[in-house]
Amino acid sequence: MSAVVQLCYLVAAVCFISGLKRLSSPATAVSGNRLSGAGMLLAMAVTLLDRAIVSFDVIVAGLAVGGALGLWLARSVKMTAMPQMVALLNGFGGGASLLVGGAEFLRSELVGATLTIDTSIAIQLSLLIGAVTLTGSLVAFAKLQELITGRPITFSGLQVVNGAMFLAIVALSAYQVATPESLLWPFYAVCLLSLILGVLLVLPIGGADMPVVISLLNSYSGIAAAMTGFVIRNDVLIISGALVGSSGIILSRIMCRAMNRSLTNVLFGAFGGDATGGTARSAEGLTVRRTTAEDVAIQLGYAQLVIVVPGYGLAVAQAQHLVRELADQIEKRGGEVKYAIHPVAGRMPGHMNVLLAEANVPYDKLFDMDAVNGDFERADVALVIGANDVVNPAARTDPGSPIFGMPILNADQARSVVVLKRSMNPGFAGIENELFYGPRTTMLFGDAKASLASLVSELKQVG
Amino acid sequence: MLEILIGGVVVFTLATFLGVELINRVPTTLHTPLMSGANAISGITVVGAMLVAGSGHGWISTVLGFMAVVLAMMNVVGGYAVTERMLNMFRRKP
Repeated sequence: MSAVVQLCYLVAAVCFISGLKRLSSPATAVSGNRLSGAGMLLAMAVTLLDRAIVSFDVIVAGLAVGGALGLWLARSVKMTAMPQMVALLNGFGGGASLLVGGAEFLRSELVGATLTIDTSIAIQLSLLIGAVTLTGSLVAFAKLQELITGRPITFSGLQVVNGAMFLAIVALSAYQVATPESLLWPFYAVCLLSLILGVLLVLPIGGADMPVVISLLNSYSGIAAAMTGFVIRNDVLIISGALVGSSGIILSRIMCRAMNRSLTNVLFGAFGGDATGGTARSAEGLTVRRTTAEDVAIQLGYAQLVIVVPGYGLAVAQAQHLVRELADQIEKRGGEVKYAIHPVAGRMPGHMNVLLAEANVPYDKLFDMDAVNGDFERADVALVIGANDVVNPAARTDPGSPIFGMPILNADQARSVVVLKRSMNPGFAGIENELFYGPRTTMLFGDAKASLASLVSELKQVG
Repeated sequence: MLEILIGGVVVFTLATFLGVELINRVPTTLHTPLMSGANAISGITVVGAMLVAGSGHGWISTVLGFMAVVLAMMNVVGGYAVTERMLNMFRRKP
């Protein structure tokens, strides 16, 4: 029996691995996700056969409640709110690991059993990582949902406090592991300190850096699951946890590279706290050229290649569908439309791609920064919608700028640049953008949705 | 006793390397569904949660286990369902 169960767990792990492999192309991704889901179903089904399980009603009730809530969340969430959703799910995973680790510990304490050293270590790690993931994710969720300010919340000495707490957790855990009997007070202290640590680690990180934080917490939720695997000695948890852990680490690295920041800088730098944006050049004395929807429509009507640079402002204005309509009009007139997607265009890795896919933009028109940057030179119009820092040439030219060195989209190299923007307020990082004052740039002020709607109707009239 | 731990560490390390190879092949376009899908996989903790909840080791285990099952199951179902929803948007339209 046990051998069958173990083999079924192995099959489940293989399903997860092949499922992830199938995510390498949009064409096979759906089947990959279903395969992975089937593996999960199998793992859960054979767990019910485990002889350690004596009562099923609590399990069934938990599965029903959790399943219903999960389904409701997944069905009702808006695509713009996907980062919050993923943050929340990360938190749930961490919370589950914390609870399982805690329950195993309390059971041994109750019956006076002695934990083996490896189980004891795994429980301590489950508690620490699970708790940090839980509260850290909840804070990230609150920031993204704008329940609390997106600005870094920090105080002097915060890092010393965090360091001291971490050392205390390690010391208490080590003491617990070294002590044969299970003690309650270090257990509660470790749980409490870890929960607080999670909050304090994420609070000082600014809203613009949330993509990195979510990726990292994704990784933690995987590692927490792996630690739970060590606690209950189950390889499928260890394998799955490791897969998720590596995925989160890769994505955080991609995000950091896209912002030209180190992970340490993101986590401890409290970036974006200074709204004036460091030593960025002042825009005083420079003027912008305003344009009208009519003029832009004429430009677009005769363009061979238009590259759309979407930013999060586009998603906030819920204008993705209008962009698609505008692109349809341009294509109908024989022009080509490409979308240039900066890695940090949305609020999480790949977020902008999902938002555009929701508006039925074919994914083969979405181009990564490296794939599209060479095309700007021959683009007649670069249409910048709600994007700011990702097209700021200061990243290339101004060593004093806080974003200096960040890879950007070469929108400034297009023959003409049209910027759709609500007002001249600086972007998320609070930095002035020289592109808006460039000789080839014209600005179309107003709400992105309204501007795009008038562009579409004007373009229909261009003969 | 430690052999079991070492065995687990071996599995963990190899799976991490495998994960890196797999994830590096996922195109940028699919990074958001990748995260939610990976999230669902990390809901595998539900297995541990079920073992705790159904073990009959007293009310503490049962209560904590129940909460763990709920959380992990939200992670599993929410993760897979929302990933499916997103991936369907990437299907090529006729």
